Amino acid sequence: MSDTRTVSKSMQMTSEMLADVYQSAFDAKEKGELVAWSTSIFPQEIPEVFGIHVVYPENHSAALSAKKEAPDFIADAEAKGYSVDVCSYAKTNLSYKDLLESKNLNMPKPDLMLCCNNICNQVLKWYENIGKELNIPVILIDTAYNYEYNVTPSRIQYIKEQFIEAIEKLEQLTGKKFDEDKFKEIMEISMENSKLWEEAMSMSTHKPSPMNGLEMFNYMALIVCRRGRRETGEVFKQLKKELQERIDTGTTSFPNEEKYRIYWDGIACWPALSHNAKFMIKNGINMVASGYPKAWAIFYEKNDLDGMARAYSSIGNNMAFDRLADRRVLALEKFDCDGMIYHMNRSCKVMDFTQYEMQKAVYARTGVPYASFDGDQADARSYSPAQFETRMQGLIEMMDQRKAERAAKEAKA
Amino acid sequence: MYVMGVDIGSTSCKAVIMDQDKNILAKTVIATGTGTSGPKRVVEDVLALAGLSAEDVSKTVATGYGRIKFTGADKQVSEISCHGRGVFYLMPQVRTIIDIGGQDAKAMRLNDKGKVFNFVMNDKCAAGTGRFLDVIAKVLELRTEDLAEYSAKAKEAVSISSTCTVFAESEVISHLSNGIPVEDIVLGIHDSVARRVAGLAQRLGIAEDVAMSGGVALNGGVVEAMSRQLGVPVHVHPDCQLAGAIGAAIYAVELL
Repeated sequence: MSDTRTVSKSMQMTSEMLADVYQSAFDAKEKGELVAWSTSIFPQEIPEVFGIHVVYPENHSAALSAKKEAPDFIADAEAKGYSVDVCSYAKTNLSYKDLLESKNLNMPKPDLMLCCNNICNQVLKWYENIGKELNIPVILIDTAYNYEYNVTPSRIQYIKEQFIEAIEKLEQLTGKKFDEDKFKEIMEISMENSKLWEEAMSMSTHKPSPMNGLEMFNYMALIVCRRGRRETGEVFKQLKKELQERIDTGTTSFPNEEKYRIYWDGIACWPALSHNAKFMIKNGINMVASGYPKAWAIFYEKNDLDGMARAYSSIGNNMAFDRLADRRVLALEKFDCDGMIYHMNRSCKVMDFTQYEMQKAVYARTGVPYASFDGDQADARSYSPAQFETRMQGLIEMMDQRKAERAAKEAKA
Repeated sequence: MYVMGVDIGSTSCKAVIMDQDKNILAKTVIATGTGTSGPKRVVEDVLALAGLSAEDVSKTVATGYGRIKFTGADKQVSEISCHGRGVFYLMPQVRTIIDIGGQDAKAMRLNDKGKVFNFVMNDKCAAGTGRFLDVIAKVLELRTEDLAEYSAKAKEAVSISSTCTVFAESEVISHLSNGIPVEDIVLGIHDSVARRVAGLAQRLGIAEDVAMSGGVALNGGVVEAMSRQLGVPVHVHPDCQLAGAIGAAIYAVELL
């Protein structure tokens, strides 16, 4: 049973809130308030305290890509001299910053750039270039890659001091004093939202999952763009309510029988999301787990700057390989996955280069079948539908085989 | 009872007729692929060879790039699984298959029951596939099927550094104008294909016996280069190009 004909209340609330992210940035500009462009996992608590309106170029580029508008921006960036190999979110945005006009979604020119490289280091030049070209400040938090399993004290100290420095810079820029009480409050709200987000995602452990997993990529935009706001918590509470209702009534928004539960490794292939979804739904393949949305479940103790430093350093792309492998092994177990799909996303070098080793390591530990396909988070040129279908079909056949083998074993026992 | 397995590839169509005991009655290859008259002709040919009509066939399974477009199949199975079953049928000692087709290269690992438990396919581009060899053969004014004969006569391999088919073509042309013997160029091309696809296979892990399948396996020069690159013997069955169709036929038998 499915209820896909009507858009759920939580999805409606999400769309409205996202529209507000962009609209309120324009409103802010009109009033002469500061607008910042930020990397997706910058410690948003800090600009939120100062009332700075933050928009996220990665979210913007993803939206343009999903609406098939990215190619023109990418071509423009390449014409300006950016290599084909540069991240497609970066190229879309480096072009947009000059054109400042798209058919589907707009954001205002920034007054400052907020850059945290816990997601990758390509952001350094991306944000630095914009800073230089628009002659605006760039605030950088360098999280330094974790080779060790846990974030070391020296890194925590290094990052914490950058938080303090960022606060000082923003005090100068805004002319406002940093409000410690507001900071505490925002940390509390952010933690609550991370908890609600994690809880909502965990409801896919139910068999069958009450959600068409790819929808997670839509809800995700809220935890990226408005992690420090109370209203975000309301949306996740509504989502949890809807999911629980579906669990209680035995329904789901996945419009087919859930034959295969899979873990999606990597960013969504936005230009081909509808092709991916059609194929997966047709074949009963539901994404029940993914490392990507989980990256925004950021936890620390209220008022603990050390903990916050540790949390922002412990983001997927910034952590030691073994820890990432452990996460995946745990998720496969927790969500009882039949298979893994690795999106070899040409733009995201960090994730791609890890995937070859990750496939081997996770497979050796779990025996869960996997397949990978070439694609890109925003560039349609890197995706081939026939290639995707062949590999996914091969994965289906291996998953069927494993199921048959396990069933035979259980019958004997 | 009879079944048919068809493998509709990008550059050729293959078909096999089998009986319920998995004996092959007829097999055929047509050298044009999906979107041409190939799919229709391959069915007509194989039925004629078997002395059967379409009504005599109880089940048909299709595989290959053109499997979705092909009409008349009871089921479609990926070429990954079909090649696995097909090669295992031909050579039951095989545990690693390297299949190079017209535009795909893949490596597959088989368990002791001949089922594929892991596979890897070419990333990003079609360098090292059959198309690459066709393009180079054309530049050298040779037929693809003669390439092996030429590389066997080479004195030493000339290095072809480009993995891109189009850029490699330019490299070959410049070697020719520098008077490099055709035989040496062909050996270099075979090494280039082997190196690229061996890298793919080694990512998956090699377990003996290793076999090659797909059209390119008919090129002894590539097979030899692959064996040198991997450091193990590489086996090829004369019916290797039909492995996909054989596997599909086996799946069809299982539908009976």
